[in-house]
Amino acid sequence: MTLSLDVPKIRADFPILRREVRPGVPLVYLDSTATTQKPTVVIEAMDAFYRNNNANIHRGVHTLAEESTAMYEQARAAVAKFVNSPGVEQIIFTRNATESINLVAYSWGRANLKAGDRIVLTEMEHHSNLIPWQILAAERNVELDFIPVTDDGLLDLDAYRSLLEWTPKLVAFSGMSNVLGTINPVAEIVRLAHQAGALTLVDGAQLVPHQPVDVQALDVDFLAFSAHKMLGPSGIGALYGKAELLETMPPFMGGGEMIKTVHLRSFTPNDLPHKFEAGTPAIAEAVGFGAAIAYLTEVGMEAVAAHEQELIAYTLERLEEIPNVKVFGPSAEKKGGVAAFTLDGIHPHDAAQILDRYGIAVRAGHHCAQPLHQKFGIPATTRASFYIYNVKEEVDKLVDGIYEVKKVFG
Amino acid sequence: MDDLYRELIIDHYKNPQYRGHLDPNDIQFEDDNPLCGDHIEITLRVDGDGRVTEGRFDGRGCAISQASADLLIESIVGKPIEEVKKLSKQDVLDLLGIELGPVRLKCALLSLKVLKAGVYGLGEASDELVE
Repeated sequence: MTLSLDVPKIRADFPILRREVRPGVPLVYLDSTATTQKPTVVIEAMDAFYRNNNANIHRGVHTLAEESTAMYEQARAAVAKFVNSPGVEQIIFTRNATESINLVAYSWGRANLKAGDRIVLTEMEHHSNLIPWQILAAERNVELDFIPVTDDGLLDLDAYRSLLEWTPKLVAFSGMSNVLGTINPVAEIVRLAHQAGALTLVDGAQLVPHQPVDVQALDVDFLAFSAHKMLGPSGIGALYGKAELLETMPPFMGGGEMIKTVHLRSFTPNDLPHKFEAGTPAIAEAVGFGAAIAYLTEVGMEAVAAHEQELIAYTLERLEEIPNVKVFGPSAEKKGGVAAFTLDGIHPHDAAQILDRYGIAVRAGHHCAQPLHQKFGIPATTRASFYIYNVKEEVDKLVDGIYEVKKVFG
Repeated sequence: MDDLYRELIIDHYKNPQYRGHLDPNDIQFEDDNPLCGDHIEITLRVDGDGRVTEGRFDGRGCAISQASADLLIESIVGKPIEEVKKLSKQDVLDLLGIELGPVRLKCALLSLKVLKAGVYGLGEASDELVE
């Protein structure tokens, strides 16, 4: 089996990559860590759903309702298979990874944590895996500890081992940093947490789109991810959880669908996964998510990871040639397709704005990881990030663009 | 688009005329834009007639935020405080001579926000000051 992607063929599947940002200026999309572009099959699956099948799900008995329900549940089965969940009902559809993490914080956290309990996080967390725990900590007098990030952008596992001596109840960490690109040793972190009696939650918003993820092999207790970062639509994400945990957790939100029986003053919660899916869900988006997963499965996640490895290695090599560019994070083999950098004397906003002249879409700011930027003593970085449709020629355009930025400020 | 980094702005960013800190001063205020880390401090001296005699800004951030601070101070030296209080978003945009999207607008208006919070003697700067 070959690990290389047929990138020209892949690019042809993404209509947006044919657009020009301005006349004569083609799009160079290097912002996939924020959100990925969508292939035609995803766009068409959602379009076809609305044209042919649209109905509310689970209770209707008419044909459209049955078709819609089947399509929604097929998408769940596809997601379950993609991360090797032992049960389809262990996949809860949410709005995004953020909501998945909040679900665990509100439901599991409030049912299981008391004053003085500890949660271990890391210094590289996206705000989505920080704020829910800060809110919980303030409400329940729970203590938060942080695995430090080393200067080269790795987690300090010796410090982690020390934190585990305080017997935390949960270790919640990012599988892959959205700024440094660091791919953390998930299996190792989970194994150590379990030895210390802690549960684990992996923020997989970046990890799941970029390499094969097997929840059983990793033995992770919760995994959160978003469809829009893996070719799917925005508005839908998933939470995987171990069955025995999800079964004992109280509902997160109340409403239709999450109940079995309802009386005026009481209700019985529904079975998994419906217990956690109150209200009409994002049905068309689930269908789109399913189509995205089918596309990625066809491409092959091993090949996705290998392609990104090749691109990031090339990117780091090219960026290092440029005087006064500093790239954050570890060396290529320890990271995914993310390069956050600073240019001496040039604010990232200015860099990103000038790169946009050349059709190059990069992100400037703190990328929802303010504490990490504080740690490195910088307010913001410029971030280029890659996915399956990016090519080395686009990295070259980025490098040429950076020289243009330097010229403006020269 | 290219106008954003026209010579005037780059020049004021690289060679600001009013960068510094006045001590003593009559008015001093600072604030930042946490989204991008832009930070501006403004110090002013005001004479007995309520006229700005000297002004300085200090801080760090993108070219738009720093150039607009320099241009803004340049425009108010010699003016009565009462006139400074009336400055609006449009006045800053006129100084810069560019059109800005919503994200970069915050960069451009930080100095005006700081200036107005200072001259009004407010405890904190709010976006209402620059509408």
